[in-house]
Amino acid sequence: MSKTDGANGQSKPRLAVFKFASCDGCQLSLLDAEDYLLAVAGAVEIAYFVEARRQTLPGPYDVALVEGSISNEEQAEQIQEIRRQSSFLIAIGACATAGGIQALRNWQDVDDYINIVYANPSYIDTLATSTPISDHVAVDFELRGCPINKYQLLDVVTSLLIGRQPRVPTYSVCVECKRRGTTCIMVAQGVPCLGPVTQAGCDAICPAYNRGCYGCYGPMEAPNGAALAQQLESMGSSPDQIVRLFRGFNGYAEPFKATSDEYEEMGR
Amino acid sequence: MTSENGQKRIKVDYMARVEGEGALDIIIEGDEIKHLELNIFEPPRFFEAFLRGRDYWEAPDITARICGICPVAYQMSSVHAMEKILEIEITPEIRRLRRLLYCAEWIESHALHIFLLHAPDFLGYESAISMAAVPALLPTVEMGLRMKKIGNDLLATIGGREVHPVTPTVGGFYRAPTLKELQALKEDFEWGLEAAISTVAWTATLDFPDFAPDYEVVSLSHPDEYPMNEGRVVSNKGLDIPVEEFEQYFLTEHVAHSNAVQVHRDHGGSYQTGPLARVNLNLDKLSPQAQKAMQDTGIEFPNNNPFISIVSRSIEVVHAFEEALEIIDSYERPVPSRITAVPQAGVGCHITEAPRGMCYHRYRIDDQGIIQDVRIDAPTAQNLRRMEDDLRAFVPQVLDLPLEDATWRCEQLVRNYDPCISCATHFLKLNIQRR
Repeated sequence: MSKTDGANGQSKPRLAVFKFASCDGCQLSLLDAEDYLLAVAGAVEIAYFVEARRQTLPGPYDVALVEGSISNEEQAEQIQEIRRQSSFLIAIGACATAGGIQALRNWQDVDDYINIVYANPSYIDTLATSTPISDHVAVDFELRGCPINKYQLLDVVTSLLIGRQPRVPTYSVCVECKRRGTTCIMVAQGVPCLGPVTQAGCDAICPAYNRGCYGCYGPMEAPNGAALAQQLESMGSSPDQIVRLFRGFNGYAEPFKATSDEYEEMGR
Repeated sequence: MTSENGQKRIKVDYMARVEGEGALDIIIEGDEIKHLELNIFEPPRFFEAFLRGRDYWEAPDITARICGICPVAYQMSSVHAMEKILEIEITPEIRRLRRLLYCAEWIESHALHIFLLHAPDFLGYESAISMAAVPALLPTVEMGLRMKKIGNDLLATIGGREVHPVTPTVGGFYRAPTLKELQALKEDFEWGLEAAISTVAWTATLDFPDFAPDYEVVSLSHPDEYPMNEGRVVSNKGLDIPVEEFEQYFLTEHVAHSNAVQVHRDHGGSYQTGPLARVNLNLDKLSPQAQKAMQDTGIEFPNNNPFISIVSRSIEVVHAFEEALEIIDSYERPVPSRITAVPQAGVGCHITEAPRGMCYHRYRIDDQGIIQDVRIDAPTAQNLRRMEDDLRAFVPQVLDLPLEDATWRCEQLVRNYDPCISCATHFLKLNIQRR
């Protein structure tokens, strides 16, 4: 990773954190890394991070962490400028990597949504869609999760500092369940679970806490959504329920979208 | 902030150290405020729209995503509203575990606000990161981070993770923690209680502007406990109503300069909700050590100075640590951890006390349990008009300061509330212009 001169002539990588449409939960994960926050702040120059500091330094930046989805024209323009200013751009979280929960609008007429929520629709400036960062600019790395796992984020930042590829798994939540020693909740209790098609990274919390996975980390590498949906059907889920399960925080990620679209058609 | 042709303009394009995206724009001619707007440019995310058509039990998971700092408040308001519709009676054990979860969120969120978002203002630093670079202040920042971590550890123990916990659900918890898991946190909580008491003493020494407008403060109030999950809606101006009547007394308005919907009182006025309101209205319900810490400050409560909110927030951290210890000491694991029910059609609403104030939810569901209609009034949407009124009253006090200092003071006033802008989007840009 390239480095620029820091304030005292020291050479520290410049880190920037940007936000688009989101709940702030993923950038908050950096502040939630309480034991490491000051170490990170010492190892890099936090040049731009509006939730944490008033000081904002202009680019270029060595690493940009980008949270949130693109949901209005202004954002669509801003992300282009951020890309120009950043050597390494990392999309963090379900909003930035898959459009987030707000991408549920992508299946609806956004004007209907505006009318439901706002008394004066003409005041509202929004795109009809909520889309991931990679739909707009080249992204160097995507970190999944709703929210992201703070230890994965620290690993990604550390990896960049020491010049190795970040290591995040692309296998399913099922592998984490096995490793954790959790009995399969779908087999043993008949609970619908997206674990077989969802990427690992959360340490399979939900099954360990007695509920089915609801897909926070999005699709694993090469998931078989159709097979899981058939299994859910044979267990008694209706097409509507299958649509709702796949259409969650990562519902607009292509494999999840394909399965939900197919079952929506079926339910008609 | 700029000054030209005798006009002053305080303009903050992107408010720092708040959650979400907002801006402030103030134009002053002579001594008169010509224009004052707190803009929310956080784009709309349409939660109330896309909740329609989802299963009732999905509401706590989905509404948690409104806010990364206080997801529990959204989960809890939706859970209680659904339980009213489905006529679910929870057990005393589940109820106590919910209060413990609430203590965890108050600790992590308040510690974040006090140390990372707000304290730097009072000490003249642009961030806690800059504060930590000063050897004399490093221990304070480290103390704040440790308190925050302890709140997060409890959240993760009960909820599985800090942000967007996975266990809270309609009827209780998918899984309740064991006594052993909670007891493992006890030593940390004993340290935390002492740290929180010293935080109250420390925040009370900060330099507060002389500013105390007369305004309405509103919070829940419960007959025998400090309000978190339940109570009537009360104010210092005589309001005392059940949560079911909230919409008769609190109206929403969509203003042109903002993606946020503002909530105001039925008589048109603004009001404040949050830690200062809660402390003012529930002094006698604070835990013994929180009451003592408050008295030891020498600051008089009830108190109408919004800058004092950092002290009230710290007092609530003492309360949360003390109550959490008490709950952990007498913990009985709920069995079952969750009361189930059959869907039935109906309408239900509820308010819980998010760290930043009252969080109102109303749902209508059909007989299959599918959500038909939703209204959510986030704390920041409720505080927004009060923030603008505060600024109108406060700006004349800072007009003689250099423009940069005046701007910083105005930002600080807004950070008294820590506007959770993501939540209020339906909500903030600073821009003071002086002519």
